[in-house]
Amino acid sequence: MAYMSEGAEGLRSIPALLRRNAEQHGAAPAYREKEYGIWQSWSWAETEEQIEALALGLLDLGVASGDFVAVIGRNRPCLYWSMVAVQMLGAVPVPLYQDASAEEMEYVLIHCGARFVIVADQEQVDKVIDVQAALPQLEEMIYLDPRGLRKYDHAHLRAYRDVQEAGRQRRGDLGAELARRRARLGYDHTCVMLYTSGTTGKPKGVVLSNRNIIETAKASSEFDRLKVGEEVLAYLPMAWVGDFIFSIGQAYWAGFCVNCPESPETMMTDLREIAPSYYFAPPRVFETQLTSIMIRMEDASALKQRLFHHFMAVARRVGPRILDGKPVSFLDRLHYGLGELLVYGPLKNTLGLSRVRVGYTAGEAIGPEIFDFYRALGINLKQLYGQTEASVFITQQPDGEVRSDTVGVPSPGVEIRIAESGEVFYRSPGVFVEYYKNAQSTRDTKDSEGWVATGDAGFIEEASGHLRIIDRAKDVGAMADGALFAPKYVENKLKFYPNILEAVVFGAGREKCCAFINIDLTAVGNWAERNNIAYASYQELAGHKRVLEMIQGHVEEVNASVAQDDMLSGCQVHRFLILHKELDADDGELTRTRKVRRKIIGEKFQDLIAALYGEEGSVYTETEVTYEDGRKGRITATLEIKDAKVVPVTAARMAAE
Amino acid sequence: MLDDTKPASAGQTVTDIALMELQNITLRFGGVVAINDISFDIRQGEVRAIIGPNGAGKSSMLNIISGFYTPSEGQILYKGAPRPAMRPYEVARTGVARTFQNIALFEGMTVLDNVMTGRLTHMNAGIFSQALWLGKARNEEIANREIVEKVIDFLEIQNIRKTPVGRLSYGLKKRVELARALAAEPSILLLDEPMAGMNVEEKEDMSRFILDVNDEFGTTIALIEHDMGVVMDLSDRVVVMDYGKKIGDGTPDEVRNNQDVIDAYLGVAH
Repeated sequence: MAYMSEGAEGLRSIPALLRRNAEQHGAAPAYREKEYGIWQSWSWAETEEQIEALALGLLDLGVASGDFVAVIGRNRPCLYWSMVAVQMLGAVPVPLYQDASAEEMEYVLIHCGARFVIVADQEQVDKVIDVQAALPQLEEMIYLDPRGLRKYDHAHLRAYRDVQEAGRQRRGDLGAELARRRARLGYDHTCVMLYTSGTTGKPKGVVLSNRNIIETAKASSEFDRLKVGEEVLAYLPMAWVGDFIFSIGQAYWAGFCVNCPESPETMMTDLREIAPSYYFAPPRVFETQLTSIMIRMEDASALKQRLFHHFMAVARRVGPRILDGKPVSFLDRLHYGLGELLVYGPLKNTLGLSRVRVGYTAGEAIGPEIFDFYRALGINLKQLYGQTEASVFITQQPDGEVRSDTVGVPSPGVEIRIAESGEVFYRSPGVFVEYYKNAQSTRDTKDSEGWVATGDAGFIEEASGHLRIIDRAKDVGAMADGALFAPKYVENKLKFYPNILEAVVFGAGREKCCAFINIDLTAVGNWAERNNIAYASYQELAGHKRVLEMIQGHVEEVNASVAQDDMLSGCQVHRFLILHKELDADDGELTRTRKVRRKIIGEKFQDLIAALYGEEGSVYTETEVTYEDGRKGRITATLEIKDAKVVPVTAARMAAE
Repeated sequence: MLDDTKPASAGQTVTDIALMELQNITLRFGGVVAINDISFDIRQGEVRAIIGPNGAGKSSMLNIISGFYTPSEGQILYKGAPRPAMRPYEVARTGVARTFQNIALFEGMTVLDNVMTGRLTHMNAGIFSQALWLGKARNEEIANREIVEKVIDFLEIQNIRKTPVGRLSYGLKKRVELARALAAEPSILLLDEPMAGMNVEEKEDMSRFILDVNDEFGTTIALIEHDMGVVMDLSDRVVVMDYGKKIGDGTPDEVRNNQDVIDAYLGVAH
């Protein structure tokens, strides 16, 4: 523990943390990956050898200090090692979203001027080759999986293994240079550059220094007492800051093991096999899991259903209290214990959540029922609020103070300020250095004293000191009569219904609010099966009369609930339609992290919005769609527009006047 | 997609050495002549397609290669030596594996178990040591499982490894059949209409797997297929049959421009 006691000061880079881990817990597992049906594992000592060999190989290829090296692929140990090997050389890793299109990659690769690209497989190689002509600075491409690449021109293409092997061969003459570069790494060196998906405009390269990452990893690991024995499953995009913090920052700081799934499709099985103790998932994952549990319970035998419902009622009442350490009667504890034996335990085991000690969700608001369901089962699920620019953590919920409608108290070392406009500002050791080659945006976001604008509007709850987020600051607007308009607030309420996957509410500067709805094909499809409703496609189901009626019911319930909020009662949805296609990142309607791109949707479906604010009961539309392989097609549809009942809001109107 | 991969693969793994030569093959069922004096060869490392209208005798030809039928006349040279009349399981042991036009998998067994059956010809442990799970049987099982897992990884079916085959879609079953055939590590792989009944996306996937198999393992492939686009993109050489006779043989381009072939496909007044 000698190094530990020196604190972050002695350990100023990820490669330095690697050294410490290899020395102190050399035999402990650092990485696992399921391959060929078996979990293959690497200890910290083996990991260091692998990373050093690759770093030497890259050095041999001519990677210089300050170079940018793009890393593209799904979560695999080799790609994590690539990032650390690049850091070891004083160069900067730039992970990219693996599902990005060739054009999106082109923009980023040009912007950062990457000389080297490390990719997972043929698919990614092909994408880079597609845009190669525009990348004069690109020198070498290194790939992991040789499959299908045998006959490609290998003039500037190399296998990962070969690079590592070459590195091992040249350890003798290049070792000294590597050691020198490694020793030079300091707190102010860039640790990683991450491109934000950006709900508006082109992605921006967020430069995060070693200080940002290590200070944040240290503070957050201590906050949740993360230690060597933790297990995490790395399945979220490597280009996302969260994965970088969890799977590299905290994993190297605390020295725990990162597990990589066999393939994206086997994620749920792998999750069950690993049973992580520290787990992060966006609300969508929890929603999908809950939906599938509920659907499967409906198919279970009568006895099982009764057991489930009985014990879930107990859990909802008792579970969160036990988790928060509040007093619970002995009888209730006994009842809950029996439930654990019969229902909760097996259920958590099936979900792969049986060992979760710390679980986080963030990115979007999570529905209170969903949140409470997991907490009732005894899973310590908490919320955090973060941004790429903050190295993730801005606020998080401490154990015992967990609620579904707040995002917690400021993380250790973070200061929060609410501006007059309601926008949330923060300052912390994790605050990013700059947007790469974009001084203007840097100045717009971060002021000279280091305060960063989140772009979100919110307030601090006086009683608890917790932060509550209302909406994106730029989306918060006023309606024609001056009433506050916060679309996300209403959309979240809509999305809490399992049948609604996505909602987009319009109304800024208008008299009334209207909405686009996307149904959830799994939930609604199952309901359709149960009710003998035949359908051939998403579009057909979305246009079905009874689906419309059902959604109308949901919208009206939401209106009733919105009407109770004095500030936002003007945001009730008067008219809505169910979109004929699912909003999709490939069509630019969502970001790669699945956030709604309001402006683009507004422009793309102008005709539909006009119809919502018109008088007609239906509208004909044509939409261009992009298939996964990049081809484009058109779909046409006639959509029905429904009027929803609204609750009169005289009180709020009067207040506005 | 197929267009991109084809030019790169032409002429590298393909050799001029004939792996299998079929010489003057005739097959009769009573008075019906299913195959009439056909000769062609399959070269080491190539993708060889057999095409022709319905009833041309393509499947019979494949059945002769796999040993299911014994030709009435003619002989087969395999790896340079004449092949005697053999039973299908004996042929399989010589390194010939196949998939079937109508899927022939064990529906109640998992994908893994089905693919493991492809290793049958490589298992030598006796019934006694297998029943008692003795060292030899155990080691053999582990070695075989390793090869099977590589095939599963190659064909990207890890997520259905433990799923009973009966629950899979048609396209996936076809892929499992290919996996089972590959698990046998064949020197020649026979595919009987690998794309029949598939949608465009499944066809593209399957085409890629076939090319990758040929490319990665250097496996010689003989396939029957109706989709002309697929045949022309995938294969190095094509044999065309009609009414049991060979009417064309050559590269896809040669065959495409062959008048007899055009007549057979488009019909002509006799």
